Amino acid sequence: MSLTLEQVRRVAHLARIEISDVEAGHTLDRLNEIFSLIEEMQAVDTQGIEPMAHAQDLAQRLREDCPLESGRLAMRDVFQAIAPETEAGLYLVPKVIE
Amino acid sequence: MIERSLHELARALASKEISSVELTQLYLDRIASHDPQLNAYISVDPERSLAQARQADARLAKGEGGPLTGIPIAQKDIFCAKDWLTSCGSKMLSNFISPYDATVIRRFAEAGAVLLGKTNMDEFAMGSSNETSFYGPVRNPWRLDCVPGGSSGGSAAAVAARLCPAATGTDTGGSIRQPAALCNLTGLKPTYGVVSRWGMIAFASSLDQAGPLARSATDCAALLNAMAGFDERDSTSLDRPGEDYARDIAAPAGAKPLAGLRIGLPKEFFGEGCRPEVMRLIDAAIAGYRELGATTVAVDLPNMKLSVAAYYVIASAEASSNLARFDGVRYGYRAPEYRDLNEMYGRSRAQGFGAEVKRRILVGTYVLSHGYYDAYYLQAQRIRRLIAGDFAEAFRHCDVILGPTSPTTAFRLGEKASDPVQMYLSDIYTIAVNLAGLPGMSIPCGFADGLPVGLQLIGDYFTEARLLNVAHRYQHANPWHRQAPTGFV
Amino acid sequence: MNHWEVVIGIETHAQLATRSKIFSGSPTAFGAEPNVQANAIDIALPGVLPVLNKGAVECAIRFGLAVGAEIAPRSVFARKNYFYPDLPKGYQISQYELPVVVGGQVVIQVGEAVKTVHLTRAHLEEDAGKSLHEAVGQPFRGKSGIDLNRAGTPLLEIVTEPDMRSAAEAVAYARALHTLVRWIGICDGNMQEGSFRCDANVSVRPVGQANFGTRREIKNLNSFRFMQQAIDYEVQWQIATLEDGGCIEQATVLFDPETGETRAMRSKEDAHDYRYFPDPDLLPLVIDRPWIERVQGELPELPTAKRERLTADYGLSAYDALLLTASAELAAYYEASVGAAGRSNAKACANWMMVDLAARLNRENREITDAPVSARQLGGMVARIADGTISTTIARKIFDALWNGEGDSADEIIDKQGLRQITDSGALESLIDTLLAANANMVAEFRAGKEKAFNALVGQVMKASKGKANPQQVNELLRKKLG
Repeated sequence: MSLTLEQVRRVAHLARIEISDVEAGHTLDRLNEIFSLIEEMQAVDTQGIEPMAHAQDLAQRLREDCPLESGRLAMRDVFQAIAPETEAGLYLVPKVIE
Repeated sequence: MIERSLHELARALASKEISSVELTQLYLDRIASHDPQLNAYISVDPERSLAQARQADARLAKGEGGPLTGIPIAQKDIFCAKDWLTSCGSKMLSNFISPYDATVIRRFAEAGAVLLGKTNMDEFAMGSSNETSFYGPVRNPWRLDCVPGGSSGGSAAAVAARLCPAATGTDTGGSIRQPAALCNLTGLKPTYGVVSRWGMIAFASSLDQAGPLARSATDCAALLNAMAGFDERDSTSLDRPGEDYARDIAAPAGAKPLAGLRIGLPKEFFGEGCRPEVMRLIDAAIAGYRELGATTVAVDLPNMKLSVAAYYVIASAEASSNLARFDGVRYGYRAPEYRDLNEMYGRSRAQGFGAEVKRRILVGTYVLSHGYYDAYYLQAQRIRRLIAGDFAEAFRHCDVILGPTSPTTAFRLGEKASDPVQMYLSDIYTIAVNLAGLPGMSIPCGFADGLPVGLQLIGDYFTEARLLNVAHRYQHANPWHRQAPTGFV
Repeated sequence: MNHWEVVIGIETHAQLATRSKIFSGSPTAFGAEPNVQANAIDIALPGVLPVLNKGAVECAIRFGLAVGAEIAPRSVFARKNYFYPDLPKGYQISQYELPVVVGGQVVIQVGEAVKTVHLTRAHLEEDAGKSLHEAVGQPFRGKSGIDLNRAGTPLLEIVTEPDMRSAAEAVAYARALHTLVRWIGICDGNMQEGSFRCDANVSVRPVGQANFGTRREIKNLNSFRFMQQAIDYEVQWQIATLEDGGCIEQATVLFDPETGETRAMRSKEDAHDYRYFPDPDLLPLVIDRPWIERVQGELPELPTAKRERLTADYGLSAYDALLLTASAELAAYYEASVGAAGRSNAKACANWMMVDLAARLNRENREITDAPVSARQLGGMVARIADGTISTTIARKIFDALWNGEGDSADEIIDKQGLRQITDSGALESLIDTLLAANANMVAEFRAGKEKAFNALVGQVMKASKGKANPQQVNELLRKKLG
């Protein structure tokens, strides 16, 4: 199979990566090369094989429900010192439209 | 001093032959004079490192030093270190001063090691040549127009050029073992879950594992002893009793120290695809192991040929999601101009990420998207299980699996940079190990045309101590690892 | 609208009453300064990892058991990927293919009709932060402010089958669920603060048609009244649209309480593709039998069981039982009052609670938990009415006195204020004689056939006794004397 330019644009939009028309064409070629490598997987019969999501077959460990005393202004100041734009303790972004 | 093992350095520090401040300064000076050629470090901070060295000296003076106290260690720039720039090789994080320490960083600090600097790497650990770094490519100390391998290329170049005694790396598909092979180093990727991932910037969460990059197996054991251990902040960290990874190395051994060891040779590692000059040295290493008392047995990894395909689906899928947090809202790069929210996202990410990272995000987004999930993502996970099953079967017949680490020696800068598929295939021998979650090593086994060749050793789950011993015995008898590149001494 | 059938399914997000967040150790308390309850995990710094809160899982188990669902022995956390500024990781950790709670049911009552609403599932997930568009006094120059204090708060998303057939049923379900989650202590149910939010999937179809119509999802209904209004509006809009020959497009809509209308959201732009996949940072959640059994053992008697017991044992009507089990606190109050009054007075206790107590609480805007009159005090008072110590009229005085803290028990107030009912015939007769002598004109009126005069005389006697005379006895004695 091979991808279409429109699929590349849609995927780029889903991933929120702005892509120009020139880039989209170039990316399409590269992705098609990569997918030709990936395609060899498709011939394998994997019926009845349980997908493997983790390297170890273990159960999730649980944390006791104890709040840590981390919720303080000093911590916020540290975090927001590296933020692109903040005001009144809030992170600012272009207006969100519902 | 720069040829000494970590053990010997610890002794020199304990006996006051040298202080930690002096040792740290020695390496800072070497970095200042040699790193401009290599570009192995993204950041060094002499003040901060020397302050840590002074604390180590105080600890040593009280006789409270451990095996790593006062020893400068280079850290891959993928580990968050408080108040250090932690860029992950990306423009996206080129302004990210971490507010916290990764568990690996914390454990080294607790052991009294000095953080010597943050090493260069492929952007977000995506690459096999260190050419995708926002901070520019790293050069191989053995031949400056060649790549050091990746993604832990900065760490590998720094250790090889003696710009640090040892370093850390991370390995998602071979990123410790392949640069170790290309730089004449010993590198270990532990069993998945042995080293905490807390504070290690995620590429592919189910595959990423941190490990040591050093000159010898003994040094790797010392580093792993500091790095490994249960961490309640990482749900995938294994809650196992602590162990001394140097214990097998320390055990007394006779003339045939590996008598009884069964080495599995998968025919998939010995077919075409591997350069003959590399294969010759692998064959020689097998002969070397027989002399140490080991026997060999043919094993089969029939699904290994699918590992690159499965890997690029799984790793890209996880990466596409892991890298969604880099959105220009709370930290990191934000594009200077945008008209609305979507443009802010789209431009910040388009400008903040490099080409290879964007390609993998797009591949990952695609394979998870509606209508393709089953055919790609689930299929890749099923193949992952087949591959893990292959190893389980093989380990019924052998104790370690042996083969080449990389099909070639270090290639030239730019040679594969524009051909992602060729680049991906350079990890053909290492990727299956990550899919299965097994421990794997690369150790030096000779030189082809003056460039190092690496031998890969793969163990069953949790057999790091044995694997290190198997590496150590070979190194003891065949000290290829003692060779250093010229021009850095 | 006779030939249209309404089909409604409800998704509810119940914030779980844990002390810390679902995947981080941040506290969950409401109302803190912006972003001070958002730690490294909540703001999704690079390199941070989630660890699951046992308390949140336990809430899910409690809920599953309370609705008779299956607790999945193994469930999986998945990532739901989308970009939004209040979603710091760019994905929400949720459960997708394998949720923790499967099936279950909630019984609802609309008027006299009882109906079972089937649940599809309930799954654990994390809440997002908040986008503040125009905070008061902070215009942000056309920008939105992001507060991540809420990000990572545990939610249980409870999804029903499309079982409801009217807005009234939908509201009855939402109320029953609201009661239940508070009853079993997994959610504070505070709808204003967003602890309990409902989305309603609404469609209509011609009666008799097998397939469902196209549905529209009304988001974030945060009061039962709005839910009723929103669904009513949506249903009539869908029917009108279809009857005009239009068709319904699947959409997410918001209810505007100002206009009473629903409108499609503007930002739906691209059809969402959430790219769910198992979260590689979290391992499968395994819940074993002993854990389930322990939680089962700790569950209180559930509202349905309690209602059945109240009707069977106390002879309450189904309606009374429903009202008195509207919350665990109300039911506990009721049972404690019956304990003090005696079982034979169960009905009287119910009446006092639903009439006098409810009115007074309502007037002073108080909850049952801070009623000044305790269940013991109310029950003690009801017992005194039953044994004839006081009349209902006096009881109202005592109730007021208890409310104002004038005594610790009805008995104390009766004694202190001398409110014991006069039942001694001799004393009553002399009282009556005195009054008859003083009101000869009224007696004459009565004898002339004016029944009203009799009532006036009773009133005089009661007044003279300061309300303490037993009205029944006064009646009888007066008749006899005038006879």
